[in-house]
Amino acid sequence: MSTIQVSHLGKAYKQYPSPWSRVAEWLSFSGKARHQAKWAVRNINFTVDAGECVGIIGTNGAGKSTLLKMVTGTTHPTTGKINIQGRVVALLELGMGFHPDFTGRQNVLMSGLLLGLTEAQLQELMPEIEAFAEIGEYIDQPVRVYSSGMQMRLAFSVATVSRPDILIVDEALSVGDAYFQHKSFDRIREFRELGTTLLLVSHDKGAIQSICDRAILLDKGLIAMEGRPEEVMDYYNAMIAERENQTVRRETTTEGQVQTISGTGEATIAEIALLNEQGEQIEIVDVGQKVTLAITAKVNQDLEELVLGYVIKDRLGQSVFGINTHRLQQTLEHVRQGELIDYQFEFDANLGEGSYSIAVALHTADTHLANNYEWRDLALVFNVVNVNKELFVGVAWMPPKLRCTRE
Amino acid sequence: MSIRHIRNIWQYKDFIFASVKREFQSKYQNSILGAAWVVINPLAMVLVYTVIFSQVMQAKLPGGNPSFAYSIYLCSGIFTWGLFAEIVGRGQNIFIDNANIIKKLNFPRVTLPIIMLISAVLNFMIIFGLFVVFLVFSGQFPGWTFLAIIPVLLVQIMFSMGLGMSIGVLNVFFRDVGQLFTILMQFWFWLTPIIYPITVLPEVLRPIVLNINPLAPVIMSYHTILVDAELPDWSTLITPLICSIVLCIIAIRLFSRHTHDIVDEL
Repeated sequence: MSTIQVSHLGKAYKQYPSPWSRVAEWLSFSGKARHQAKWAVRNINFTVDAGECVGIIGTNGAGKSTLLKMVTGTTHPTTGKINIQGRVVALLELGMGFHPDFTGRQNVLMSGLLLGLTEAQLQELMPEIEAFAEIGEYIDQPVRVYSSGMQMRLAFSVATVSRPDILIVDEALSVGDAYFQHKSFDRIREFRELGTTLLLVSHDKGAIQSICDRAILLDKGLIAMEGRPEEVMDYYNAMIAERENQTVRRETTTEGQVQTISGTGEATIAEIALLNEQGEQIEIVDVGQKVTLAITAKVNQDLEELVLGYVIKDRLGQSVFGINTHRLQQTLEHVRQGELIDYQFEFDANLGEGSYSIAVALHTADTHLANNYEWRDLALVFNVVNVNKELFVGVAWMPPKLRCTRE
Repeated sequence: MSIRHIRNIWQYKDFIFASVKREFQSKYQNSILGAAWVVINPLAMVLVYTVIFSQVMQAKLPGGNPSFAYSIYLCSGIFTWGLFAEIVGRGQNIFIDNANIIKKLNFPRVTLPIIMLISAVLNFMIIFGLFVVFLVFSGQFPGWTFLAIIPVLLVQIMFSMGLGMSIGVLNVFFRDVGQLFTILMQFWFWLTPIIYPITVLPEVLRPIVLNINPLAPVIMSYHTILVDAELPDWSTLITPLICSIVLCIIAIRLFSRHTHDIVDEL
């Protein structure tokens, strides 16, 4: 069963060359349009099933807000249709309807009514809202004496007091202090377990990858990509780094995983391998094993500066460890066209059991954002197994020395 | 206005009443005299006009009690005009003033004019109620004839809402409309027999004022009822009634056609 069904959705804002052209359009009998349609989003198609969590990613101006405003029903689509089953709550605009001169309690009432609850329902839910917000006696003080964190606490408590069928969350939403952040995200997670469909707007890789089942990438008002969160995030990262004459391409590796490669191509990764102490290529690594990451870079054009970086990621795409030659103070300068550069990173694979991938990038300075010669996600995949260590959980191998004393 | 609309409004009835209540509270919450200001303002106005017109300018009203007649004449016009002016004045900015919530939340937008209407009518009832109390105590209460005021008021409210909402929608797209109407209201006030009797106008001007101004017969009906204690000439109210219906249709059409554009334009 789908709770959100979006088909051929588009939204155009009208732009008039001058105020008079609007008058002319309104008064004309022929109905000739004198405005230009500026499309904020166009031809959006997707469905979200009940209980699913979908991440919406995109740069500023990609059309995320417009899309979500149509899902909440605030604005109407110009073309296409949205079908929504159930009650929608959006945690995008918290504290709407708050008036500084009224007490927290009065504002809770107003804000709840504006969200479509009735007064009787709100009176009944009031103790719960009060308890969740934990702002104590301030509830009976005018909101103007609240700190902004307290206002957010109260607003969040009202908005989420009853479980909606669809919840729209902006990940950048900061609800008060760290304690309340955790509390609010716990509540969101709890809703999800109870079957609430979640739409999460975020730029944070970690959040998207750890919570969402799927991600949708918006670019210039169109769906640029839809799929597994890791894939979409990789593509998104490559896209941010995209510059003129730079391409983003995706290749399917022999293992069937999708590799995203982007960059301007002045230098490229020629070879990458994980080696054991004997210098043999391996794919299975023992916990704590001494390994060498060998990368060969090919220089296609004279460059002032060249930095190589890599990140080891777990199976969810969360970064476990990453570093580059700039940080290791071995930035290469004045590399010549045609040069082949061999890098050898030797380290102990102090990782937990599981599958890992390595992303590699050739760039200048500290990040790939300035000059991105090549960025390759999932350049290498390996598995870590536990052969001779004690059983443990987690992604890191941090063997403790135990001292245990008894009186 | 479909069934869905009405159900929507019904679902938000608590919001409507709470908003009306909040409006009153926020207006007077931080003032010492509180709700007394609702009354003090128009009373001051009545006082000024009474002094200037009946004493200084020696305005004479035909018949009636000379001591109170002019004040009653004045009050019945000024208070009802006040209701008209409030509805139109607030109506023209209703969407602009609430831009913040309109842009960001999904709720029936039609609740906004309803909230405005209820609080304007309540404001009016407070003032007018006091006026009626005064009439009773001064022995000037017109008796059963007073009830004739209800249909006249209904026509006036329809007229005000139709006009106010039409301007309100237009004002979102063409801000000049609001500016223009603020000025227009000044002229309109003086072109309506509120502080002067229609008889002071030269014979030739009278039919012009009466014909171009649909509010003139409305206000004059109040005068007939409250000053002369007689039933108004109902036939004079036909034109205002037709105007009201036309304005309401225009307002509803404008609103339903452009309600989505309003969100985008604000």
